[in-house]
Amino acid sequence: MNAIRQKKTIALSRRRLYSVIAVVAFIALAFIADRFFDAFTLRVFNLCAIYIVLALSLNLLNGFTGLFSLGHAGFMAVGAYVSALLTMSAQLKEMNYFLVPIVPWLHHVSIPFLPALIVAGLASALVGFLIGAPVLRLRDDYLAIATLGFGEIIRVLITNAQAITNGAQGLKGLPRFSTTFAVWAVAGLVILFMVLLMRSSYGRAMKAVRDDELAAEAMGINVFRVKVTSFTVSSFLAGVGGALLGHMITTIDPKMFTFTLTFNILLIVVLGGIGSISGSVISAVVVTVLMEALRFLDEPMNLVVFKTQGMPGLRMVVFSILLMVMIIYRQRGLMGNAEFSWDTLQGLFVKKGRKGGDHV
Amino acid sequence: MTLSLLFQHIVNALSLGSLYALIAIGYTMVYGILRLINFAHGDVFMLGAYVAFYGITLVSLPWWAALLVAIVFTALFGIGLERVAYRPLRDSPRISIMISAIGASFLLESLGVLIFGGRPKGMPVPEVLSNVIHFGPVSMIVISLIIPLFTFALLAVLLWIVHKTKTGMAMRAVATDIEAARLMAVDVNKIVSFTFGVGSLLAAFGGIMWSFKYPQLNPLMGVMPGLKCFIAAVIGGIGSIGGAVLGGFLLGIIEIMTVAFLPTLSGYRDAFAFILLIVVLLVKPTGLLGKRQAEKV
Amino acid sequence: MSERNSDLMLSTVHLTMRFGGLTAVSDFNLEIHKNEIVGLIGPNGAGKTTAFNVITGMYRPSEGKVFFMGRDITGLKPHSITALGVARTFQNIRLFREMTVLENVLVACHMSIDTGLFGATLHLPGYRAREAEARRFSMELLEQVGLAHLAYEKGTSLPYGQQRRLEIVRALATRPKILLLDEPAAGMNPQESFELMDFIRRIRDEFDLTIFLIEHHMQVVMGVCERMYVLDYGVTIAHGDPASIQKNPKVIEAYLGVD
Repeated sequence: MNAIRQKKTIALSRRRLYSVIAVVAFIALAFIADRFFDAFTLRVFNLCAIYIVLALSLNLLNGFTGLFSLGHAGFMAVGAYVSALLTMSAQLKEMNYFLVPIVPWLHHVSIPFLPALIVAGLASALVGFLIGAPVLRLRDDYLAIATLGFGEIIRVLITNAQAITNGAQGLKGLPRFSTTFAVWAVAGLVILFMVLLMRSSYGRAMKAVRDDELAAEAMGINVFRVKVTSFTVSSFLAGVGGALLGHMITTIDPKMFTFTLTFNILLIVVLGGIGSISGSVISAVVVTVLMEALRFLDEPMNLVVFKTQGMPGLRMVVFSILLMVMIIYRQRGLMGNAEFSWDTLQGLFVKKGRKGGDHV
Repeated sequence: MTLSLLFQHIVNALSLGSLYALIAIGYTMVYGILRLINFAHGDVFMLGAYVAFYGITLVSLPWWAALLVAIVFTALFGIGLERVAYRPLRDSPRISIMISAIGASFLLESLGVLIFGGRPKGMPVPEVLSNVIHFGPVSMIVISLIIPLFTFALLAVLLWIVHKTKTGMAMRAVATDIEAARLMAVDVNKIVSFTFGVGSLLAAFGGIMWSFKYPQLNPLMGVMPGLKCFIAAVIGGIGSIGGAVLGGFLLGIIEIMTVAFLPTLSGYRDAFAFILLIVVLLVKPTGLLGKRQAEKV
Repeated sequence: MSERNSDLMLSTVHLTMRFGGLTAVSDFNLEIHKNEIVGLIGPNGAGKTTAFNVITGMYRPSEGKVFFMGRDITGLKPHSITALGVARTFQNIRLFREMTVLENVLVACHMSIDTGLFGATLHLPGYRAREAEARRFSMELLEQVGLAHLAYEKGTSLPYGQQRRLEIVRALATRPKILLLDEPAAGMNPQESFELMDFIRRIRDEFDLTIFLIEHHMQVVMGVCERMYVLDYGVTIAHGDPASIQKNPKVIEAYLGVD
């Protein structure tokens, strides 16, 4: 008994060691990227972090709580706009609002990035709570279409509230706060948060709601409260992700937050595995890189031998087919709902025939 | 507001409502049978319009021939779409099949951009349809009158099929209980294909009429009408053909009249449908004409 | 009302449930006392499960009231009713698909662990202590019913009989005072059914429970139930001890029609 326990402890501490090494190695990579990558590559690298945040926030709903929501772009828009309006300087705002002047109470607000980011998340969470409370009584596809509707309503409101959002003109020259350090720190925190949440009793309650609502309710779980909590937390994360995106691209307008944006995130979640944190992380990186790498498909090419004309749309053709093939042939995605662990990785390299890891 | 202007608005509302109704029927029939929101339905509508466009401009068919060709082509396309994208997932969770539908929708839109080009195209409207006729002080374009007439004719045929033919009976059986229908030796696959064919046919007709009335084509032209018509189907009570028609007209009338009488709200035009949807879902989730389905514990 | 009122656990008064034109349960008057094992029997479609669903708050009754330990629980949400001490199982087993046996049981402990989202996520000391206690309690339960060695298997991968057991354990983990079992012996052969009835009697004694169970086959529950109610087309056609039920002509008629 004691020997087994000792062995277990050693295995545990070895896994810890691996994890620490991996984190340190990644931080080193981030430093190298920040210093030596060219602007475009660095931007893709950082975009990965933002998409990790967004994919996890959608997976919390779709994958872990079984709520199919299609309104994510709306919450991102709330976050992006709130953070932009809170951080832009008075002069910058004057330059932007040349059609309709900005409302006075927002004119001179200018706070640092971190509190703005948190307020952006909270604002988005509040909107999520207000929308979620009525809408979460609906099921499956009705919920999907209602959330899609709210996403569109948010966008229409932003387009029309000119004195606050500058309407269709959007906002230009947002402070470039989304540095390599900032986005990856947030991504790291969000990953950690999700792992801890899913290991906790609350995470189990969410999965129970996903697996069988009636049984969960019969086990004393307040299903409605769990759903609203999940929706609110997810909105918070979407708001933070949206804000980071805004401060990276430095230009936001209502057209950016259409259903296509939600589609991209959904694609990441489905490819990675609905209900897998590591799947979402890996898939966010893969899809983001692919999205940028395949940009050439849409543009004219000069391939020594022959020239192709630009084929706008081809990139999205590839991604839609990818999504459909995945959902038809491998519904569980890359990771299913399994998670990465050092044991499985070891299992890949050293065939030991050991089944599964232990549940610590 | 003058009386003639009011009439103009009424005719516009009716013709927009008819177009919405035509598309909404496709949603409601597919949902009734497979419990699937066919996200790609709006893009099938776009496809119909483009095929007619190329029929007229490339092959120089007369407009009515282009219309027929486009309708048949699109109906076949709808049947094929179901085979490829939805049939393999029929026994999967509803979310999976819905994701496939979303994928299909994006695929059609981006294929549209790829093949038809992203830039809008002008639909050549035949003179017969663009003529203006006068009823006393009221003047209107022929197409605005034709649309409701055709819609009602097609609706009559559809209702006859659903209620008076053997195929229609099978459709209703599949909608009530797909397993029981299978046991009664109904060829479920054939019925599903037929439903997709009819739905796509109506969408194509709607798309072509739409582009005669608002003569501009672009690959994303089906997105908003598609969403709104799904909403119309939900408002009317999804699964019910009468409900889809009612919802379509309601939405068309509300949209045109709100913009006409409260022009300050016209910026919110695209939000009306969604607001209406959410109100209906919360107050009467089964829609105006829908029946309640109790969930078995 | 009888003088045993003080130990009355669960009762219903004129309970009626209608769906549209169909009356699934009509004027159902139930009285269950502490530590009793009471059966609810009747042919298929007699309204037994509907009665369960109304009692546990899944449906709101059209008429009538439900009382638990003297408290009116009519119209409360299912989770609140569970929190008061009424647990149930389902006719068609409803385990959490993606979870291990242990996790299935732990879900039922969520009520007692819940320290709020942030306490749980941050694994604060208060949460840790409760989580550890819940794990200990769950493992202990699993040991008592002989499922401990399967704790890390997926719940839905167990054989049928063990899945039924697991569902009962999961209900026990909510620390109920009364347990409602919906056809616990469904799909079992006679031998397994009788073992199950022994098991039910054992948990009644060990956990100081009161048990109300649905059964379709009368023979199975004859041995275990002290009293039973017989439903047919939603109407209570008989009620009493097993011996008198077996002789009741109305019951025989109802059953002859079907079985």
